[in-house]
Amino acid sequence: MRYIEPHGHMVSRTTDDYQDMATAGCQVVCEPAFWAGFDRGSAAGFHDYFRQLTDQEPKRAARYGISHYTWICLNPKESEDTQLAEEVLKIIPEFLDKPTVLGVGEIGLNKNSRNEILVLEKHVDLAAKHNQLVLVHTPHLEDKLKGTRLILDIIKNERRLTPNRVIIDHVEEHTIKMVLDKGFWAGMTLYPESKCTSARAIDMIEVFGGERLWMNSACDWGHSVPLAVPRTALEMRKRGYTADVIDKMIYRNPVAFMSQSPKFKLPIDPL
Amino acid sequence: MSRQQLSDLYFMEARSKVIDIAAFLDRMDRGTGAEDFRVISLRESMKILQSDRPDRAAEVLRSLSDTTTKPIPSATTKAACGAWLGPQKKAAAKQPARAAKK
Ligand SMILES: [Zn+2]
Repeated sequence: MRYIEPHGHMVSRTTDDYQDMATAGCQVVCEPAFWAGFDRGSAAGFHDYFRQLTDQEPKRAARYGISHYTWICLNPKESEDTQLAEEVLKIIPEFLDKPTVLGVGEIGLNKNSRNEILVLEKHVDLAAKHNQLVLVHTPHLEDKLKGTRLILDIIKNERRLTPNRVIIDHVEEHTIKMVLDKGFWAGMTLYPESKCTSARAIDMIEVFGGERLWMNSACDWGHSVPLAVPRTALEMRKRGYTADVIDKMIYRNPVAFMSQSPKFKLPIDPL
Repeated sequence: MSRQQLSDLYFMEARSKVIDIAAFLDRMDRGTGAEDFRVISLRESMKILQSDRPDRAAEVLRSLSDTTTKPIPSATTKAACGAWLGPQKKAAAKQPARAAKK
């Protein structure tokens, strides 16, 4: 089995996790910029985090034969302070040119507030100006449906971005259809409680088809499972899927999306 | 897959989850004070399980969602709670508590 982890917050994970992922067949991990669990106090704090994502983490992953790519932004959970957001937005462009940065992400909304929308619009403008791929976080639980609608409206209004270069992540049964119908890619996040189980992800593949769709563990510092993608592959096998279909979902689909960035390269001689 | 095969794969898990929910509701009844609005929402969403619509999962998720369309003025918390206290649920929550036996 070979697979790609298209959304993992590896700075929060141990090297044991890298080893387990490599053992399970992980070839590439992509790490969107994220909230640290506490609010960073300054743009310098973000600058250090972006350095960690672009310099340090690729080296750490490489020790396990895994290629590491990243996405840069200020997370929607930190968007309420618009002055800090402005300062962070100014330092993002210097990182967009780094060789392992695939685009702007994970931007989006958290509580669907006015300031979050303001900062989302600025990120969308930045992505359009720099011709970047976009990875979007949709809100949690009761806020997801409303937030997804707001996000889709904002991105659809940005004519410089084409939907097939944008992935809307953390979809569930009540949001996946609107995302795919509008031409976006959709990401299903396999979380033990708050998002989507393996069984439900496979249900969504059955109901909505396997096009423009990927699965991720979104493993971070919270309750999450770094091996959720290969475990879902095993469950797909139990559900009678061929190796070819499974490979498409856990490998070829993420490759298809991320290859839209010329920087994305598969490992030359993967294990 | 056949229904037989799907049952073989998932029945025990579903059985366990139904019993967990039953035990959760029993636990709530033994508790004191007013019913939490999240539990009111959950009781509402459980009605969907008995329908024969093909999208029960999506409908349960919708029933636990914020149905408004305008952005909120500002985010006062980062967390989500899993249910939404709309006007109808607010009114229901003001009713004498279900679990006011104690
Ligand atoms: Zn994430």
